[in-house]
Amino acid sequence: MTTATPVQRIVERCERLFEDLDFTAVKEWKAAVPGRKAIGYMPVYVPREIVHAAGFLPVGILGGGDNLEVIQGDAYYQSYICRIPRSTLELGLTGRLDCLDGMMFPSICDVIRNLSGMWQIMFPDKYVKYFDVPQNYVDNVGGNFYVHEMQALREDLGKMRGKPITDEELNASIRVYNDNRAAVSELYAYRAQKPWQAPTSEVYLLLRAGMVLPPEEHTKLIREYLAATDKEPRARRDNARVVMTGSFCEQPPLALIKSVEMSGCYVVDDDFMLVTRWLLKEVPADGNPLEELSKAFLHHSAATAAKYDATRAEKGVFLVKQVHTRGAEGVVFAAPSFCDPALLERPMLQDVLAKHKIPYTAFKYAENTGQMAPIREQAGTFADSIKLWSDVASAARPPEGAPTVARSAEVSQ
Amino acid sequence: MNAVVPMPESRKAKPVAIKDDAMNLQKELINRNYRELAEARQAGRKVSATFVPGNLNELLMCFDFARSLPETNALQNGMRKKSGKFIMDAERDGHSEDVCTYVKADLGMMMGGEIGPTGDPMPRPDVLLLSYTGCFTFMKWFELIRHKYDIPTLMLHVPYQSQGKIDPNMRQYVVKQLKETIIPGLEKISGVKFDIDRLRQYMKESAKAEEDLVSVLQSAKKRPSPIDGYFGAVYYIGPIFTAFRGTPEATHYYSTLRAEIEQRIREGKGPVTPEGDMGEEKYRLIVEGPPNWTSFRDFWKMFYDEGAVVVSSTYSKVGGLYDFGFRHDPDNPLESLADYCLGCYTNLNLPSRIDMICKYIEEYEADGLLINSVKSCNSFSAGQLLILREVEKRTGKPAAFIETDLVDPRYFSAANVKNRLESYFQMVKQKRTTGIGANVKPVFPIAQV
Repeated sequence: MTTATPVQRIVERCERLFEDLDFTAVKEWKAAVPGRKAIGYMPVYVPREIVHAAGFLPVGILGGGDNLEVIQGDAYYQSYICRIPRSTLELGLTGRLDCLDGMMFPSICDVIRNLSGMWQIMFPDKYVKYFDVPQNYVDNVGGNFYVHEMQALREDLGKMRGKPITDEELNASIRVYNDNRAAVSELYAYRAQKPWQAPTSEVYLLLRAGMVLPPEEHTKLIREYLAATDKEPRARRDNARVVMTGSFCEQPPLALIKSVEMSGCYVVDDDFMLVTRWLLKEVPADGNPLEELSKAFLHHSAATAAKYDATRAEKGVFLVKQVHTRGAEGVVFAAPSFCDPALLERPMLQDVLAKHKIPYTAFKYAENTGQMAPIREQAGTFADSIKLWSDVASAARPPEGAPTVARSAEVSQ
Repeated sequence: MNAVVPMPESRKAKPVAIKDDAMNLQKELINRNYRELAEARQAGRKVSATFVPGNLNELLMCFDFARSLPETNALQNGMRKKSGKFIMDAERDGHSEDVCTYVKADLGMMMGGEIGPTGDPMPRPDVLLLSYTGCFTFMKWFELIRHKYDIPTLMLHVPYQSQGKIDPNMRQYVVKQLKETIIPGLEKISGVKFDIDRLRQYMKESAKAEEDLVSVLQSAKKRPSPIDGYFGAVYYIGPIFTAFRGTPEATHYYSTLRAEIEQRIREGKGPVTPEGDMGEEKYRLIVEGPPNWTSFRDFWKMFYDEGAVVVSSTYSKVGGLYDFGFRHDPDNPLESLADYCLGCYTNLNLPSRIDMICKYIEEYEADGLLINSVKSCNSFSAGQLLILREVEKRTGKPAAFIETDLVDPRYFSAANVKNRLESYFQMVKQKRTTGIGANVKPVFPIAQV
């Protein structure tokens, strides 16, 4: 007889999905109905709505984590290249991604871009799509280009399933993902308000489950978790409230997230698996679907180092908003080693934070980092310094039960 | 207290590099550009900064900009042994040890008083033209400069050739950006009205120089090769990849160079090295990846001492890929600029890069491929080990791998590089008898732009 609470059961399920490097959930989903297809995508952002509209399962591939021994993948990359491409190749070379009918590589950086070409050579029987997104945010310039890119994807997937994807199907999928983003948004807002009730290690696992589950099921799971965890009595600690940033691509090991929490930090916002909340507003589901997706991307999407800030004034605004709207007291820069975008972005963001008198600390990791003691020590010292010395600490700390401002709200200064 | 005794100056004379006329002319041109930059303010000229791959030199000239190229500044500082300090200064200023050293060398130079490689002052640019062909790091680089110095930036987003061809949507996107963002932006900053006929005129000059450059680079198909297509080619590509493409000076430079190379062919000579004409040509190689700049001459010496000549390289295509037919086209100026940006080497997908290397091995009758993998440049480096395997598989020619960096002297281990090269030359010697790889077929045809 099991004594697990509903929250524990949900978290355990997510944990099993997270640890399953054989993607059994994807295989089961495909096996349930003959002819089903699954398309993998690397982190940051792809319009999953189009994959879903084809009736396919979009599957987030976020590297191999710390449970995968990388043997073959290492033979393809020099020591100074980050770990995610090598562990992703390892997943491919060991047959773990055989259940995928295609792979999409979003424009994140030079490494992922070149990985798309490697995939074309190494897995010639699979559909491979490098998904370029515009760095020009004018509707009739970057927008037109982007609509065309999405149209090409739509046509490719339409051919794969044997009939074109209709506007109605796309709009239906936009609704599904609007709902999923709303649920994720509720989860993030709840965590910011009661981080002791929704620890980031659990929130992270819930998001990871969304990488392999159909969105409808994932949305339901998040809402079940929210209802269940709110009933769970949990101890509230005197932790520092921090935003973690820089982890938008290669993910930190789960033990690292737990270590940061154990060291005395409540993570109240982050940039893990941005694809789940890249679009910041609801996408209209009754218009021209590709144009609406394009407008959402151009004008209402999350900021990350993989995206160009058109003006200097925009740099860091998103991060400062995260800090203010979530009532954070500091920022933890956690970037993968050798991550050019995150590490080049960091000095600019640190400068903006310094101007806003927001404390920060920084460290690097790899998805298989095993030694947590230095990170725990650094994060702990940072949390202590916030609690003891930070000017913003007392001002930023919201009173218990105070409502948390929505993610897209303006920065109040 | 002990007095500090200064170290005696070295009595060893600095080795003088032997250069032919074209090399001297090239040096003059590059130095002249630094003087122009230094004097730009007094001359009432605005200054632009842009990157080498996909640079819009002809367009910038239409607005009378003096033109700075940060990568060239970094490599020139590397060759002059100044980059090591700049990189460490940038790291002390908060930049990660993991990131591109071109960026850090550039930022370090700015922190060090904005004195350029030749000792002339480097003016702060009036505009950063962010044409980021084939390199995401470029985007962050100019964002960093903009953040620090509040310089306006113009973004030209060049999509990646992921399918090994230029899709019309990609071309239209670049043209539209030129029309609606770049040209109006440059007009505004420079105060000069855009004149398309002026652009056409510059492009006519470009095409002439491009024709001569291709002839020079392809002269390496001869035996012995009259040029080194990597160490020598970095001099040859200097003017056309930087601030001179489209000028009559560049046209003159390339016709002079071509004549000089044709003379060398008639005389049956090999390449000029810093120590004079190269001796017997023993090995013909293709090189992939940028050179190391901080130990450039020592690196080159490891090749010519062994009789190894590089008959073609991918790096010599980084600022424009002309040998498959592309020329700047004055009749279609904006479309042609778009195709130029889209067609630069690092904007090609891996299958196209592999095809190109295999083609070079076949056409230049090379003995094999050497990859110089640089830590700083993921755009080049990520995927190179697969390139190596594929090229070996398809051509049957031996390939080897060495690792250095662009401008960080901490990442050049002369002994390791030399050891690897010597082993490689041994391997080439042993495998030479096996013949050129048969049935070399492209994975994707290289785009004919």
